[in-house]
Amino acid sequence: MQEKKFSRRDVLKASGALAITAFAPTLRAAAPAPTAVTPALIEAAQKEGKVVWYTSIDLPVAEKIARAFEAKYPGISARVERSGAERVFQRIAQEYAAKIYAVDVVNSSDAAHFIVWKRDGILAAYVPEDVAKHYPAEHKDPDGMFATFRASLCVIGYNTNLVKAEEAPKSFADLLDPKWAGKIVKAHPGYSGTIMTATFQMARDLGWGYFEKLAKQRVMQVQSSADPPKKLALGERAVMADGNEYNMFQMKEKGDPVEIVYPTEGTPLIVGPNALFKNAPNPNAARLFQSYCFSREAQQLIIDFGGLRSAHPLTKEKPGRKPFAEIKKMKDDPAGVEKQAEAIKTRYTQLFRV
Amino acid sequence: MSATAAGRVEGRRWGIDLSWPILIGFAAILCVLIVLPVSWLVYFSFTDRTGALTLDNFRRLLTDPAFVDPLITTAIIATTSSVICCLLAAPMGWLVARTDMPLRRLVRPLVTASFVTPPFLGAIAWELLAAPNSGLLNQAFRALTGAPRDEHLFNIYSLPGLIFVISCYTFPYVFVLVANSLDRIPGDLEDASSVLGGRTWVTARRVTIPLALPALLAGALVAFLQAMTLFGSPAILALPAGFHTMTTKIWSLFQYPPKPELAAAASLPLLVLTVALLRAEHVILGRRGYSVVGGKQGDPRLVRLGGLKWIALALTLVVLLNPVFLPYFALVNATFSKVATQLVSLSNFTFHNIHFVFFELSTTKLALKNTFVLGVLSATIGTLIAVVIGYLTARKAIAGHRTLGFLATAPVAVPGIVLGVGLFLSYTRPPFVLYGTLWILLIAFVTIAMPAAYQQIQSAYRSVHPDLEDASRILGATRLQALGHVTAPLLRTSVITTWCFIFVGVMRELSAAIILFTSETKVISVLIFDLNESGDLGAISVLGIVMLLITFAVVMLAHRVPTLGPGVRLRDV
Repeated sequence: MQEKKFSRRDVLKASGALAITAFAPTLRAAAPAPTAVTPALIEAAQKEGKVVWYTSIDLPVAEKIARAFEAKYPGISARVERSGAERVFQRIAQEYAAKIYAVDVVNSSDAAHFIVWKRDGILAAYVPEDVAKHYPAEHKDPDGMFATFRASLCVIGYNTNLVKAEEAPKSFADLLDPKWAGKIVKAHPGYSGTIMTATFQMARDLGWGYFEKLAKQRVMQVQSSADPPKKLALGERAVMADGNEYNMFQMKEKGDPVEIVYPTEGTPLIVGPNALFKNAPNPNAARLFQSYCFSREAQQLIIDFGGLRSAHPLTKEKPGRKPFAEIKKMKDDPAGVEKQAEAIKTRYTQLFRV
Repeated sequence: MSATAAGRVEGRRWGIDLSWPILIGFAAILCVLIVLPVSWLVYFSFTDRTGALTLDNFRRLLTDPAFVDPLITTAIIATTSSVICCLLAAPMGWLVARTDMPLRRLVRPLVTASFVTPPFLGAIAWELLAAPNSGLLNQAFRALTGAPRDEHLFNIYSLPGLIFVISCYTFPYVFVLVANSLDRIPGDLEDASSVLGGRTWVTARRVTIPLALPALLAGALVAFLQAMTLFGSPAILALPAGFHTMTTKIWSLFQYPPKPELAAAASLPLLVLTVALLRAEHVILGRRGYSVVGGKQGDPRLVRLGGLKWIALALTLVVLLNPVFLPYFALVNATFSKVATQLVSLSNFTFHNIHFVFFELSTTKLALKNTFVLGVLSATIGTLIAVVIGYLTARKAIAGHRTLGFLATAPVAVPGIVLGVGLFLSYTRPPFVLYGTLWILLIAFVTIAMPAAYQQIQSAYRSVHPDLEDASRILGATRLQALGHVTAPLLRTSVITTWCFIFVGVMRELSAAIILFTSETKVISVLIFDLNESGDLGAISVLGIVMLLITFAVVMLAHRVPTLGPGVRLRDV
């Protein structure tokens, strides 16, 4: 739609992301004082006994984090409620409209959702110690409502058994080659926050013309951005037009025949914050879980096991993966996504028919 | 009879008979179950967001290609599936009921297996089998013929693929109706034909088949309705192929930003069409009376197929490969394979999927528990209501019993997803805020199960003569006591069968649950659907097999009890 409509100011908040490792030691006035994990907090959380985390991270990674949390804090069970970010958003809206407060902590790959939730006044301000001490300013909300739990990229990929490296697409434009017709798998922005964010950035940088042409390539339309990598690994399709970099890392390292392509136009950057709700049914367990999520330990886990990128400066990238700083990224702009989400879904549905 | 009347008067005079208030209570429950959601549905479809009357929703439906296309697609799917089901199920029903085909007693349990397999699970299993590139069958095809990599024999992500999978899990409805009707046709009529000189084939063609035709037509209608209202299979197979059906469209209207008024309006055509078709079924079945008129029934006469019987058996087994053998094989294979679409071998054998589902996936326990609780509660409450309502109508116990019977069968006309929308609209606002609790799902499941349960129980009542109840009433029992101590025990087998079928129906239900669930009230079917959206095929296979095992255990329980009455109809999912 309106590729050029938003202003520079909108893009201002966009981060060059994790490449910037500068500290932002000062806390804005509005954010509450950071909270350390104290024995009192642990005890209060244990009394509640459980925490419910709505997230859009691929299920095995999400469950891994939950199990690691349970192992560290015995007596508190962490339940993962996973769906696509757009579904999670809808679920929370529907539940809150019916005054059902089931969610403690939320994570979404569509950072625009946090703008909406914050504006609706349903988030609780809470700043884990690690966030206050270590996280760069562009990865935390000035009012202490949320911070970047994870980051990743929405990449192109191919199956190495089906496509030779030299014939593989190098750019988004390459995907429009007729030779890929019927061979592409692609996820859906109405389900996945990653794809919603990526669609916004690509429509902005490449124009909707790209999607109009891609829609004529007879793509296999799946829902989750975690699914195209899985379809590649099965050999169901040769190429994926979009999908999670982190699933690709996991699969590659496991020995699956998949390879990542960082498109020459730039790779969409996906930032996935975590937040607590004011009406969380288990407020103390929620805080403890939020603190755990931003600990160096958990952040290293999402890198090593999950293949995700972390905003925690004390974490180490896993060797063998392309360093985040070396990748040309598209600028993320949650505020822009928030304004256009509905228009993007409508336009996308018109083009791809589902 | 006059003694009964006297007893009734007596009861009333003393004012101690609680029967009436309780019976009326049940009637009220039935009204709330069905009338409330349908009223909200109609209200929403004719109003805009401010509550003003409008036809705008329907205008949008009829002018926007995004709605018209799914409507046409759905019509094509329903018609072709129905025709395919009849073409397959009618000869099979005849072979099983009326010929000396070998192993024919084995066919019925196999059809029952495809009957109780959740269609969405079948659709996922067929993804494993016939996805164009990774599907097991296509891999086998390439291995056998040496065809190049991107060539395929089957593409399940297509309109024909979807019709095929829907037919796989719809044909049992036609089969059961046809086979049961053939069972009931008395041998005398065929004997008469033979006596008059008709040979085997002439008798079959001139007597048996015409007598079974009404059942076949009824089967065609039921298959049409099933195919039209199915949600899971099209959501799994049509969306990747880039098209919608009405049910997936209605469901997509619940995605953010939700448009309940459009969803309601889109539901109405399904509702109206279903009512019209059921009316047609009624008219057709209404004529069936002549077929079973006759005195003492002779055993049906079996047609000798001679050498053809082996061909018949082979064809029957080929048909049954599709809904049962192949999908089950694919699910078991995916359970133990590291790559869902690779055949299990020593190098890729794994217990990881099982471990993941039972020890890592945190919703497994919750979903299993919810499903189990809902299954038991729905089956118990549903059976109870069916027993009481069936009693009232079979014994014509209160004025308006006809209306009650109508209400109990009415949900047949409400497709699961439409009921889901109606219940959502009814129970997310005062005075009844039930959304977010298991109650709303319970209401949905009981409502969906009611028609089959009611028909089952009602026909059972007809086989118990009212004399016994009358005797009990003369001796001073109230209506409820007579029902509880005399009639209900006599109906035990039917009651248990009904209970089991409601339970199995709950396990399979997806289309209403997908609209009504919350994170705390997730059921297995919804969990499997979630997992499919993120492509976790291994976990789905494990959960699917667990689901099938529970289902088979319950079906087996039902089969240990004799008499599985005809006309038991599981609903779609």
